[in-house]
Amino acid sequence: MSLLDVIGPVMVGPSSSHTAGACRIALLARHMLISAPSQARLELHGSFAKTARGHGTDLALAAGLLGFFPDDPRIPQALDLAKAQGLQLEFSSKDLGDVHPNSVRISLQNAQETLSMTGSSLGGGLIRIVKVNGFEINFSGSAHTLLIQHNDKPGVIARVARVIADDDINIATLHSARRKRGGDAMMSVEIDRRLAQYALDYLSHLPYVHWLRILPEVMTGAANNEAAYDA
Amino acid sequence: MTLNELAEIKGLASVAILHEEFAEDNRAKDELLKQMHSRLQEMRTSIERGLNTDAPSRTGMVGWNAKTLWQSEDKLNAALLKRVQAYAMAVNEENARMGRIVAAPTAGSAGTLPGALIGAADHLGLADEALLMPLVLAAGIGQIISKQMFIAGSSGGCQAEIGSSAAMAAAAVCELLGGQAEQAVHAATMALMNTIGLVCDPVGGYVEVPCVSRNAFYSIHALSSAQLALAGLKSVIPPDEVVMAMASIGRMLPPELRETGEGGIADTPTGRRIALKMADNKV
Repeated sequence: MSLLDVIGPVMVGPSSSHTAGACRIALLARHMLISAPSQARLELHGSFAKTARGHGTDLALAAGLLGFFPDDPRIPQALDLAKAQGLQLEFSSKDLGDVHPNSVRISLQNAQETLSMTGSSLGGGLIRIVKVNGFEINFSGSAHTLLIQHNDKPGVIARVARVIADDDINIATLHSARRKRGGDAMMSVEIDRRLAQYALDYLSHLPYVHWLRILPEVMTGAANNEAAYDA
Repeated sequence: MTLNELAEIKGLASVAILHEEFAEDNRAKDELLKQMHSRLQEMRTSIERGLNTDAPSRTGMVGWNAKTLWQSEDKLNAALLKRVQAYAMAVNEENARMGRIVAAPTAGSAGTLPGALIGAADHLGLADEALLMPLVLAAGIGQIISKQMFIAGSSGGCQAEIGSSAAMAAAAVCELLGGQAEQAVHAATMALMNTIGLVCDPVGGYVEVPCVSRNAFYSIHALSSAQLALAGLKSVIPPDEVVMAMASIGRMLPPELRETGEGGIADTPTGRRIALKMADNKV
C-alpha cells in the first residue's frame, strides 16, 4: 500500500468494493468495445445481487459503462445519463457458480460488436476480470492491459512480447488461455504504460490476431489515462 | 520500518515516513505533499457538503445526522467536541449518499481522520499548510499497520478499519500539536489498544449503521489518544505488540462479525427487518 492508497483513493461512496470496484469492472467492459454499447445485460451474483441498490452498485455499473471512473461525481446520475444516451440496461440476479461473492457478468452489444465478460470485486476497490468472451482470463485493471484473441499457434506470445519490448515497455503479468490445442486463444498482458499506436496497429494486423483491445489502467482516476482513451 | 522503530526516532515522525518512502528524492516529496493538499481539499469539500444537507442515503437510514448536530445548541459547552463529531459524520453521510470522499484508510472509516484533524485545526484556527505533514504521518501509520494486518472490516472486523483510522488520526493530531515521533506513535498505539475487539456488524451490510455515528465516536477517541500522548503518557505494551494483538483478535472473529451483516446490531429484529426491506428493493 502506497501512502496515497492509505489516504485515498478519492471515490464516490459508499463502498470501495460494491461501488468503486463495480464501476471499475464496467469501465473495463466498456473499453472492450470500440464504440459505445447500445444494450447491456448485467447479471449480479452473490452479495452484489443482495445489496446492490443500497450500495449503488447499479449506478456504479452504469457509470462504468458510460466511461466514468470511480471518482466521477456524475455516478449518482448514471442511470438517467445512460437512458439519455440511449443505453438500455437490464439488471438481474444470477448465480454465476464458483466465483467470488461480489461478481457480475456483463454482456454488451452495439450495431457492430458483442462482448461478454465476468469480473469480481475483491475488496478495497481491487478487482479481477476472470472471463472474457468465454475465455478464462486473469487481470486486475491496475495496469494498462493488452487483450488479444488469436489462433493458438507457436510463436504468437513471443511475437507480442517482442513488439512490447521494442516499445521499451515492461510486462507486469501475462495470462493465456485457449479453447483447444490449435484453436482459439486469448491472452491478457498487463504492461507498465500504454503501447504506441503504431505498435497496436501492427499487432492487430497480424494474420493470426482476430481481436485486440488496449484497456486503461482503472485503479487511479481519469487524469492518469488522459485523452489516449477517447473511445 | 515498524511502529516500534518509528517511536525511537528523534524528531518528527512524518519526516521519517517521508524519508523512508522517498529517501533524498525531494521532487517526489514535493509531489506527495501536493497530492496530500488536494486530498485535504477533497476532505474539506465533503465536510462542507455533508454539514449543509439532510438528503437521505439510498437506504434512508442516515443523511441528516451531521447537519442536525451542527445546527444544534452546544449544551455541553464543548465546541471542539461538537465540531469534530459533526465533521466526521458529514464525511460518512456524504459517503452513504454517494458523494465523493477520500477513503482514509477505507470508505467506511473515511470520516475519522478529517473529523479529528481538520476539526481540531479549525477549532484552533490553524492553516491547511500545517496539516500536510500530519496527513503524511497518518498515511505512514496506516501503511505500517497494513503490513501487519488486513485493514478491512471483512477480514479483521471494525477494529481493523476504525481502529486504523483512529490510530492514524491520533498520530496526526498529536504531531499537529507538537508531538514528537515517540508521542505520535504512542497516541496511535493507545487508540488501537482501546479499539481492540470492535466487530463489524452493519445493518443490512450497508456502510451506514453504526458506521456513520461510529466515525463521530472514533474521531473523538483519536483526540483522547493524542491528548494523553501529548501529556507524556505511553502505552505499556509496545506498539508492534498491540498491532499483533489486534490482528490475532481479527482472526478469532467469526464471519458473522466481519462485514457480512449477519451478526450483532445487524442481527437484531429491527436490523433484520430493514435488511429484508432493502433486499426486496433490489435491482
